[in-house]
Amino acid sequence: MMRTKKSTRAAQYVALAAYLVFLAFPFLWLISTAFKPARELGSLHPTWIPKDPTLDNFRQAFDEQPLLQAAGNSLVAAVSAALIAVVIATPMAYVMARHRTRLAKAATGWVVISQAFPFVLIIIPLFLILKNLHLINSLLGLVMVYVVWSLPFALWMLVGYVRAVPAELEEAAAVDGAGRVRTFVSVVAPLLAPGVVATAMFAFITAWNEFFFALVLLKTPEKQTLPVILNRFIGAEGVADLGPLAAAAFLATIPSLVIFAIIQKRITGGMLAGAVKA
Amino acid sequence: MTLATAPKRPTRGRPGRPPADHGAWFLVLPALIPILVLSVGPLLYGIALAFTDSQSGRTEPTQWIGALNFQDLLHDTLFWDSFRIGLLWAVGVTVPQFLLALGLALLLNQNLRFRWLARALAIIPLAMPEVVVGIMWRLVYHPDAGVLNETLADLGLGDGKDWLTGTGTALLAVIVVGVWAGMPQTTVALLAGLQNTPRELHEAAAMDGAGAWRRFRTVTWPAIRPVALAITALNFIWNFNSFALVYVLTQGAPAAAPACPCSSPTKKRSATASSATPRPWAASWSP
Repeated sequence: MMRTKKSTRAAQYVALAAYLVFLAFPFLWLISTAFKPARELGSLHPTWIPKDPTLDNFRQAFDEQPLLQAAGNSLVAAVSAALIAVVIATPMAYVMARHRTRLAKAATGWVVISQAFPFVLIIIPLFLILKNLHLINSLLGLVMVYVVWSLPFALWMLVGYVRAVPAELEEAAAVDGAGRVRTFVSVVAPLLAPGVVATAMFAFITAWNEFFFALVLLKTPEKQTLPVILNRFIGAEGVADLGPLAAAAFLATIPSLVIFAIIQKRITGGMLAGAVKA
Repeated sequence: MTLATAPKRPTRGRPGRPPADHGAWFLVLPALIPILVLSVGPLLYGIALAFTDSQSGRTEPTQWIGALNFQDLLHDTLFWDSFRIGLLWAVGVTVPQFLLALGLALLLNQNLRFRWLARALAIIPLAMPEVVVGIMWRLVYHPDAGVLNETLADLGLGDGKDWLTGTGTALLAVIVVGVWAGMPQTTVALLAGLQNTPRELHEAAAMDGAGAWRRFRTVTWPAIRPVALAITALNFIWNFNSFALVYVLTQGAPAAAPACPCSSPTKKRSATASSATPRPWAASWSP
């Protein structure tokens, strides 16, 4: 057994404490600001703990901006994108994992390359294409973009999960005369369910958090998603109504945080599973 | 579905020979079509646009002009300035991100108490919308109501500054946010690599009297090098492309704020929307 000297241990704890402070303090400050009354926010010497905590900021946030509507839009876009993404990605991931055709190789190549797509290169043509399809300023258009945008990571995770399914099961199904589609639907898909749920949740977070495409593709406030509405809080001059801004930002984070806490282990597992070559 | 499976029925009872690929196509097509239309298509289209005289708001047919746009670009100081700052930003975020993440991963790999707390806290930057990350740090950097200036004043380190609008501090301030946002992801990847390092090697090296640095260099680093290289390359690409953070943090700030190539189309929309110069990056913005 290796023994660690006391002084080394102490230094390690100091370093760990520094990391904890660095990771936590901005979020704590956001929460603190969200519960401060306007009077305290204007004070020259802000404190960590609000002296006079209030929920006024939350009420004001809902009054000033169409937050509920925006949250509704975000929810519709994120849930549809997540469902469609896993429904179309799971069969493709199955083919990519099991059949080493040229198509599967090309798909794997796309998954890797798409990570390096510069948004600026793709956004202009994407805008033109969606305009031709009359899908600008529509949630449907945004959902389609989100589906494609979340596919690389979804495929990456799902391929890993498919590889974990024993191939003997599929051989047995083939002996019984099942074709590829039948094998996939009745044998492989049910076994993938936990991985598919994790992938869907990840796609949900990606869409719920997304800002750039929503900013470019949605013009009218009634259609805009939560991140775009949040950004409008900051205002043209960069002068923000700090309390309501913090309150709304805090609320917008909760869904992602909760879901991420649930699937954290699975995501790491999926990433590693996808990385291991079978 | 019946249509697609019907032709394969004759293969029944002939295991070992792969059936025709119709089934595979049927499974792949639902994902393949959106990928081609909304990902591969726009990418090729975007590359092609760079070689035409396409412009925003113009309806006349566009013409192929070869590499002229790129010749223009060579002399476009606005572009090269933003490109330079973009590189500076990407390197400035990626390097500290890696070093800090490596430090944290090494700590988390030790048998320390409160490790769970670090793991729990690491979720926050991973799950938070980028816009909220931007908003949150604006609150931290706020000249009056921000915690940073207040803490500096308490420690007697001067009056504090307006971090996000100052010429000297804006880029640095944004880089700190980038590091904060990307560190947990890098840590998770490196930690996974560390946990695959064989423990016996460490113990053997320690027996032979190797110090901590020597053990890191000869045992730990070779084991995590593939993961480290992969995650650093990805981080660099992601950072170079990251848009929302810089946009949210610097909007409303004067021109002193850093401009990435990633955010330059929106900047140029206001700056040069009326200019006749065709630009590959901004050419057909908001047609």
